[in-house]
Amino acid sequence: MSGRIDRQQTGTGWIADLALGARLVFTGGRNGLVRTLMAAIGVGLGVALLLGGTSISTMLGARDDRTAARDDQFIGAPEPPPGDRTLLVANVDTEYHERGIRGRMLQPEGTRAPVPPGLTALPRPGELFVSPALGRLLATGEGALLGHRLAQPVAGTIGAEGLSGPGEYAFYLGTDQLEPGVTGVRIDHFGSDSTREGLDPVLLLLVLIIFVVLLLPIAVFIAAAARFGGENRDRRLAALRLVGADGVMTRRIAAGEALLGAVLGLAFGALFFLIGRQLVEGITLWDISVYARDIRPSPALAALIALVVPGTAIVVAQLALRRVVIEPLGVVRRSTGRRRRLWWRLALPIGGLVLLLPLLGGIDQTGRTFNEAQVITGVVLLLVGVAALLPWLVEAVVRRLHGGSVSWQLAIRRLQLDSETSARLVSGVAVAVAGGIALQMLFSGIQHNYVLSSGQDVDRAQVAVIGNRIVDGVDVGPLNERLRAVPGVRHVFGTLDTDLAAVGTPREADGYRPSNALRIGDCAVLRELATLDTCTDGDVFALAGNGEENANLPPLPTAGQRVELGDRTVTGWTVPAGIRTATARPDPIGREVTGILATPGAVEPGRLAGLSAFIYLAVDRSQPETLELIRNAVTTLGPGMQVQTLDATYRVNRFTQIRRGLFIGVLATLLLLGASLLVGTLEQLRERRRMLAVLVAFGTRRSTLSWSVLWQTAVPILLGLVLAIVIGTALGTTLLAMVGEPLHLDWPGLAGMSGIAAAVVLLVTAFSLPALWRLLRPNGLRTE
Amino acid sequence: MTEPTEKQPLLAGIELHKTYGSTPALDGATLRIWAGEIVAVMGASGSGKSTLLHCLAGIVRPDAGEVRYRDRELSAMSDAERSALRRGEFGFVFQFGQLVPELTCLENVALPLRLDRVRRREAERRAAEWLTRLEVDDVAGQRPGEISGGQGQRVAVARALVTAPRVVFADEPTGALDSLNGEQVMRLLTEAARQAGAAVVLVTHEPRVAAYADREIVVRDGRTRETVLAPR
Amino acid sequence: MSIGQTFLGLLEATPRHGYELKRLYDERFGQGRPLHYGQVYSTLARLLKSGLVEVDGVEPGAGPERKRYAITTAGVTDVQRWLAQPEKPDIYLQNTLYAKVVLGLLTGRNAADILDIQRAEHLRLMRELTRRKADGDLADQLICDFALFHLEADLRWLELTTARLDHLAATLHDEAAPTPPTSPAPPTSPAPTDGRPPQHVPTQFSSQETT
Repeated sequence: MSGRIDRQQTGTGWIADLALGARLVFTGGRNGLVRTLMAAIGVGLGVALLLGGTSISTMLGARDDRTAARDDQFIGAPEPPPGDRTLLVANVDTEYHERGIRGRMLQPEGTRAPVPPGLTALPRPGELFVSPALGRLLATGEGALLGHRLAQPVAGTIGAEGLSGPGEYAFYLGTDQLEPGVTGVRIDHFGSDSTREGLDPVLLLLVLIIFVVLLLPIAVFIAAAARFGGENRDRRLAALRLVGADGVMTRRIAAGEALLGAVLGLAFGALFFLIGRQLVEGITLWDISVYARDIRPSPALAALIALVVPGTAIVVAQLALRRVVIEPLGVVRRSTGRRRRLWWRLALPIGGLVLLLPLLGGIDQTGRTFNEAQVITGVVLLLVGVAALLPWLVEAVVRRLHGGSVSWQLAIRRLQLDSETSARLVSGVAVAVAGGIALQMLFSGIQHNYVLSSGQDVDRAQVAVIGNRIVDGVDVGPLNERLRAVPGVRHVFGTLDTDLAAVGTPREADGYRPSNALRIGDCAVLRELATLDTCTDGDVFALAGNGEENANLPPLPTAGQRVELGDRTVTGWTVPAGIRTATARPDPIGREVTGILATPGAVEPGRLAGLSAFIYLAVDRSQPETLELIRNAVTTLGPGMQVQTLDATYRVNRFTQIRRGLFIGVLATLLLLGASLLVGTLEQLRERRRMLAVLVAFGTRRSTLSWSVLWQTAVPILLGLVLAIVIGTALGTTLLAMVGEPLHLDWPGLAGMSGIAAAVVLLVTAFSLPALWRLLRPNGLRTE
Repeated sequence: MTEPTEKQPLLAGIELHKTYGSTPALDGATLRIWAGEIVAVMGASGSGKSTLLHCLAGIVRPDAGEVRYRDRELSAMSDAERSALRRGEFGFVFQFGQLVPELTCLENVALPLRLDRVRRREAERRAAEWLTRLEVDDVAGQRPGEISGGQGQRVAVARALVTAPRVVFADEPTGALDSLNGEQVMRLLTEAARQAGAAVVLVTHEPRVAAYADREIVVRDGRTRETVLAPR
Repeated sequence: MSIGQTFLGLLEATPRHGYELKRLYDERFGQGRPLHYGQVYSTLARLLKSGLVEVDGVEPGAGPERKRYAITTAGVTDVQRWLAQPEKPDIYLQNTLYAKVVLGLLTGRNAADILDIQRAEHLRLMRELTRRKADGDLADQLICDFALFHLEADLRWLELTTARLDHLAATLHDEAAPTPPTSPAPPTSPAPTDGRPPQHVPTQFSSQETT
């Protein structure tokens, strides 16, 4: 049909047709333009998210580089000798109202001491340099209590190159009070090699799947966005057929239109990305903030996006045309009467499973690598299977539905006539939920590997103040008094620990002197550490060591033995004759102590220095400022004191971050999909505007029509959820089997994901109602 | 039949004003409809005749003036009340695009009854009767997209009459039909309305359609010219 | 179409001479078939006889008849009655209806009313035909339809004319205004600057301001 003439001028014909398609968008009147803009905005949102996704590695890289460059904690490396180039550093990290604050006290030992990144010179004693975020916090009333802790005048600001992100709270405080080896660590440079921790295979699997799960719905969304305004476009193409365009030309013209939308979408995407990047600077989530300039898409991936998005748009436009025959006098939809075939739709998830099955049990934490491509392909096939099966499922189910109320009838009949549009819009949500469910299962299944019980007993104490070998015995009494004075502190108790070694015990090569612990506390405190039958001041107890960690300890001294207390400076002590043995019990922070327990009557702590303090506080958690006041009270003792809140469990850090990423991602994805659902719903409503007005004219209640809109969205979503749960569970089971974990159905995860999806439906319906009601105004009856 | 038999009109619009944006659609239109009569509202396009119909039917609230249906003032009623009135007392036929495309013709006709909470089986039984009366029972199971324009309008007429309304509002009911189909629809509409005793407000610009009415009212520039000058 | 009533309508604005009436009639309603002078004067004579016009004055001078005619109160009533009465709906009515509309406009009457009255009459007949059609057999229906379609055509014309009344009024006004004043004298006679009284200037007759 596409005649000889056509083939002769293929070259220019192609371009002319594409250009005509693009031009039609602009000349097609306001509606056409609005639709194209909507599609472009939809594609733009997806592109922006994709660009954001591809920026994560550069973003984290830049962050890692900066935090590595300011590193001053060289664990395991020998301290350099003191000299002109050395600097004493004390880690005085603190927290304020759930915000982590990085703090360092700096004390140069010479004129050429290193300067940390972000500062031009070392602060003089008493000078405080703060990050911009901390400066702002201190300047407001909200930071008043923190001001007590950081009372020094602010002398300057830490530059961006010394901060992990724009929202980081950090300070450098100049001092001359640090004691080397006690409160200060000696360093001669800042920065370590940025050694990025390699993820173990299980975590790598998680990260891979998270990416697939987040990006796949976006791809589905972009495909859906490319079809916005489809019916209008079909009519326009029919008009072109009327004036003489042939079938092939209409395809090219349609491709031109789609291309314009996609290219506009790319432009919007770049714009949204740039805007979002700026907005990101103002956001701090879980102590993480990001500099806009760190968010750079990797060039290769960005180029890929720029190619794939228009390509997808063209392919989708052609696929959409496959279902319709555009005749000069109108559009004939082929979809009616032609049942969707099931076999190829089923083949996708089954193929995915087949790819994943050989990997069962093959991935563990010991670090054997696995075939990433195989995993990704398998997971993608399974999830795409959701998108492919959904239209079939919706059609098959809806065909069997009838009866019900008017609103139900209207919605179901609408779906029976055209389930494809709805199914397409919903498939993104279903894919996201299926992926989310699989991930949740994987998470909860392997959770015990990564989430550890801390052993802390939060019934006895909720806050611990710990000072490691830096406390002088004389300071403890006043500190305890100050802590008791803090409103909300109900109970303060603690021990002072020191080392106990037989006289003349030599140091080993690395400077370690074999010793036992001596813990000093009154009877009430000692009962928290051991089971004691009787106790009076002056008693001493020996705790039988148990467990392998005590295997290397020297034997406990016996009654009358002369021992030395302390590490660097030692004090002589004779083990009293009345020493008894007792059984240890875990202390509130979960330690099972060993060594000797002594009451102050047996060992007077006031004459000892370099003690380790373990002070436990029972506090009233309902008083929000108590914790801050405790921190303030402790700060007066100088650097090195830590304040911990006690928690029953803790998670491996990497795991937490992955979870955070997943949650943000799923939420953003579902919101994006919700937006596309909304656009689709609004479009359907607008197309039905006249009919809606007629329905209102003969007295249809608003609520009837509102319910109908809800059903129309809810039914496909519900079916999508069922499918997502089935395939998501299958995928989750497979993934669990791959990492060798038993099947574990994660009901809260299922409920959570389904809940979010249900919330999306409600949100979409809620947002489309005002538009519906506006359309229901009788103006809709006026003929144009 | 054609002469007013009651003292009080069934439906009256008095001094109606309505402005869309800056264009006045109605500018002091007044008319009275008596029970059972068929009145043609004529006028050029843009003269405000459709707006007049919308005001009379309580779809649009006039900016000024009052619409009185029996003893009730429409502009004093809430949206829900007016909707209920339209469901129960009025019927509607429009030019096009009025049948719900997803529903079968039978379901379309049954729809107003179902909105009035009639049970489905009963609603569809009555709908089937009306389809038979309007000679379109053969398309009951088909969707509006699958039937001809004339059949569609007859289905719409059936839908307008199925609730036994007191007033049927017909806005260019034959506007999209050829002469023969138009005649048929008008014949069936007026016969059925007369049998049911329903008044018909027939908005049209076609004289041959208006000729099915008992009298006509001309709308010009948003004002009615009742043909009082006409010799009776 | 009644020449007599047309003349009366033309005279209602201002008194005119016979040849003037003929010229106006030919221009507006003649449709290429001018009146004979004989027709003009016989019509005027009939109107005189029925007391609908009277002789307003006779100008001195030689040449043709220089009688000027004016309408009487009875004449005005007659025009009024004629205009207010719908024509029997018939095909090819336009000439009469057109004349009525123009004269209505010329005499400052509401031309829309004339058209509306006519339209009501047309519709009345159409309703009757429609009813007859409903009761009759196919032959009746076909015959009635023929009439209905013709009446509908007339009605469409009526509607269109109604919509164009303002335009028509403006055209009549424009036609009259720039036309060189047609004095009672032969075409060669001078313009109104010659000092004649203003009421003799025929430029006034066409517009409604004259009333």
